[in-house]
Amino acid sequence: MSAPAKLPRWAELGLLPAINLVAALLLSGVVVRILGENPWSAFKLLASGAFGSQDSIGYTLYYATNFIFTGLAVAVAYHAGLFNIGAEGQAYIGGLGTGLVCLWLGAAPFWVVFPLAVLAGAVFGAAWAFIPAWLQARRGSHIVITTIMFNFIASALMTYLLVNVLIKPGQQSPESREFAPGAFMPPIHELLGRVGIAFTATPFNFAFVLALVAAALVWLFIWRTRWGYALRVAGENAAAAVYAGISPPRITIGAMLLSGALAGGLGLNELMGAQHRLLLDFPGGAGFVGIAVALMGRNHPVGIVLAAVLFGALYQGGSQLSFDMPKINRDMVVVIQGLVILLCGAMENLFRGPLAALLRRRDVP
Amino acid sequence: METYTLIVLLLAATIRVATPLLLAAIAGMFSERSGIIDLGLEGKMLGAAFAAASVSAVTGSAWLGLGAGILTAVALALLIGFACITHRGNQVVAGMAVTIMVSGLGPTLGLAWFNLGGQTPQLDGPGQRFTELAWPWAEQARALPFPGLLYAELLGGHNLIVYLAAALVPFSAWVLYRTRFGLRLRAVGENPHAVDTAGISVNALRYQAVAISGVLCGVAGTYLSTAASAGFVRDMTAGKGYLALAALIFGKWRPWPTLGACLLFAFTDALATRLQGVALPIVGVIPVQFILALPYVLTVLLLAGFVGKAVAPKAIGVPYAKEK
Repeated sequence: MSAPAKLPRWAELGLLPAINLVAALLLSGVVVRILGENPWSAFKLLASGAFGSQDSIGYTLYYATNFIFTGLAVAVAYHAGLFNIGAEGQAYIGGLGTGLVCLWLGAAPFWVVFPLAVLAGAVFGAAWAFIPAWLQARRGSHIVITTIMFNFIASALMTYLLVNVLIKPGQQSPESREFAPGAFMPPIHELLGRVGIAFTATPFNFAFVLALVAAALVWLFIWRTRWGYALRVAGENAAAAVYAGISPPRITIGAMLLSGALAGGLGLNELMGAQHRLLLDFPGGAGFVGIAVALMGRNHPVGIVLAAVLFGALYQGGSQLSFDMPKINRDMVVVIQGLVILLCGAMENLFRGPLAALLRRRDVP
Repeated sequence: METYTLIVLLLAATIRVATPLLLAAIAGMFSERSGIIDLGLEGKMLGAAFAAASVSAVTGSAWLGLGAGILTAVALALLIGFACITHRGNQVVAGMAVTIMVSGLGPTLGLAWFNLGGQTPQLDGPGQRFTELAWPWAEQARALPFPGLLYAELLGGHNLIVYLAAALVPFSAWVLYRTRFGLRLRAVGENPHAVDTAGISVNALRYQAVAISGVLCGVAGTYLSTAASAGFVRDMTAGKGYLALAALIFGKWRPWPTLGACLLFAFTDALATRLQGVALPIVGVIPVQFILALPYVLTVLLLAGFVGKAVAPKAIGVPYAKEK
């Protein structure tokens, strides 16, 4: 068996993802060229649209918050050897839990709503991940397929609930009534304002801090606890795990519960932080961006946060780009996303061999 | 009488919905039987739909559109093959990547080329679409309800691609079970080492399989944009690729049962459209969303082994590394 070439750690975690990212961006530049625009000025517009002002930075980090949650969700499952394509559906249902708490406890103060909303988001997200997990663990159903199916089922269920049950009476569009102010996640500009720092009002909110805390906890869990170790062993080699007294089916279920709970965090940012109501399709593809983020971030929380900010920048900069370059629309961002998944995920071996050869040659004079 | 007409029309709608599903599901069958998970069905169809509508709009020929659709889908299929076969990348990731990329690329190129907000121009010229074939005496037969309406609506009244898709089922069954290629294809999905030992190239076989998948997805996508509708719109596949994948699994990776699954899923879709807001006796109004979710629920139940058992090709998803 010819195993994929081994790389030193710094190249594996830093250089290779960077090369893959640059390749993806170069290909995106080719697409921009085909569209008849200048790739370099497009890139500059994108960057200034994402980081050029407080306003754009706020939006970039607001988008990034969603991607941190879904990226972590994909990564935790990945460490257990599972490919969770269902983060989209788990985020959708998790958000339902958060939204229900916010609707019911609307009149209560924030410190009452907040913990319950976090809990409900996690529990609902985990519950939606539990069924595919149980089916994989006990009945051997392929988790990739079942999670895809569960995305569609979640979408149908939410459409039904919003159109028939949760809709605000006397309204056409399928949305719930607005949450009471007690269920609003504090915006960052308000928090900064309290300590005397002026920041433009954006949807960037406290959920970003929660996402960073979640990333830190995931790091602690995966690399510093017995359970995390067991999870990685089961993910690397299920047979070895059995000899070590670890039960792979239990790991599968546990990892997916955690994964679904993390995806459920999206509602804290999107619903409590920005939309302030339940509405159709609020995850907006963040579950799939999470796949790209986890792949690019090498399934490490630090990498995931960085990759999430990058994708937040793409989403925010992309809208600026479509505004200034009429030939380019926001779908260009989706193209870049696809190319990143392709090069960082499916074709990660493309540059690995040549890079390994290059590094060897440098070491041996 | 009224009910009879309704049922016939419902079945005719079923056939029209089933056609792209069937083409995509059989496409997936070739790929998955060779051991390559085909999550790119959605993307390949969408890419073909865009290419077919664009070329047909520019050249005025649906046939050239079909050619472009097939070429595009094959190119995407070979890209997946390059990632998964040559570079032994993750097949699920490759399929997802292509699907996501294409879902952005279509509207992007569409906007730049046609300036219609990401759509392609309406295909209304002569020969720009695959239209219903006129069967002899169909109009006269319509007057006679019993065999006549069946003849006019169910047998006739479809476009060429529908008949092509129907013929594909026995043909692919023959290829899969009665030809040398089919035997090797099935073997490479179950035990690639054995195939390699017999002196046959695993990679070449898998490349052929994904290319076939590309051709069929190309036809399916062309159907969506130049036969079922008159042009490309954003995300027009709307999950049909995944539904086809579900049908393939529901059909246990075999041609005839897959046809059955496609017809069942298409029927639920046609029924949901028909039952929108209609109150039935006893149960009342069934929410459309529940009917639309039914295929996915059924597939999960099947995968769980509660309704029969679906056993995937053994080597599916595992990249093959030749012994050195």
